[in-house]
Amino acid sequence: MGKISKYITYRGGEGQLSWLLHRITGIGVFVFLLAHIVDTAMIGWGPRVYDWVMSLYRNPVALTGEVILAGAVLYHALNGVRIIIIDFWPGSTVVQKRLFYGVVVVFVAIFVPAAVYMFLAAK
Amino acid sequence: MNGAGRSRPQGGIDLAAWIFMRVSGVVLLFMVLIHLFIMHIMNNVEVINYQFVAHRYATPFWRTYDVVMLWLAFIHGLNGVRVMIDDYVGSRGWRVFSLASLYVLGFMFLVLGSLVILTFNPAHPF
Repeated sequence: MGKISKYITYRGGEGQLSWLLHRITGIGVFVFLLAHIVDTAMIGWGPRVYDWVMSLYRNPVALTGEVILAGAVLYHALNGVRIIIIDFWPGSTVVQKRLFYGVVVVFVAIFVPAAVYMFLAAK
Repeated sequence: MNGAGRSRPQGGIDLAAWIFMRVSGVVLLFMVLIHLFIMHIMNNVEVINYQFVAHRYATPFWRTYDVVMLWLAFIHGLNGVRVMIDDYVGSRGWRVFSLASLYVLGFMFLVLGSLVILTFNPAHPF
């Protein structure tokens, strides 16, 4: 067992993958939230400063980050629903794998069109 | 252990945090996805600027929405990091230091975010 595996190992299979993704997307969204508080705070310095800050988001790298952020939020939200279902509906542990595949299907169904639209809508 | 998340704690602050994560999670699912839909699908960073925010914050509705979403999301995230520090930081000294830093920095960011939303006044840039 390597050192890294100590931090990412849980119960194996779909359960472990969904748990690891939940942590990674959670940290990612929280770090962005800190940055987002700072960029929004710049509005206190008036239109010139705030419009300059917003212009920093108008490039392909930031757009890609924006799409990844949206995907992270969506996954975290859908997997969170799966966690709540299993917590409050005792019989659902039997179908927990199917619940995870359900998360994946709903995620793809929403994320793919949204990502395509976001890339196309940006000039 | 029989849940997908952490098993339900017996009581006290841990149980309160466990319940808060689930309740805030459901509320945030709607609030954040609506926020993303409005800001990144209906609009995007091409059109979001000072004028856009001034118009949006002219009435109290979106300010209230944003401040409620900020608090729920921030405390949800802060508690998530707290759980991870408990999981990963083995030494007691480092754990206390990490948690203290988390709470101090978290408090500062939450105050900054709230002040920005609640005090923004387009007529008086400072």
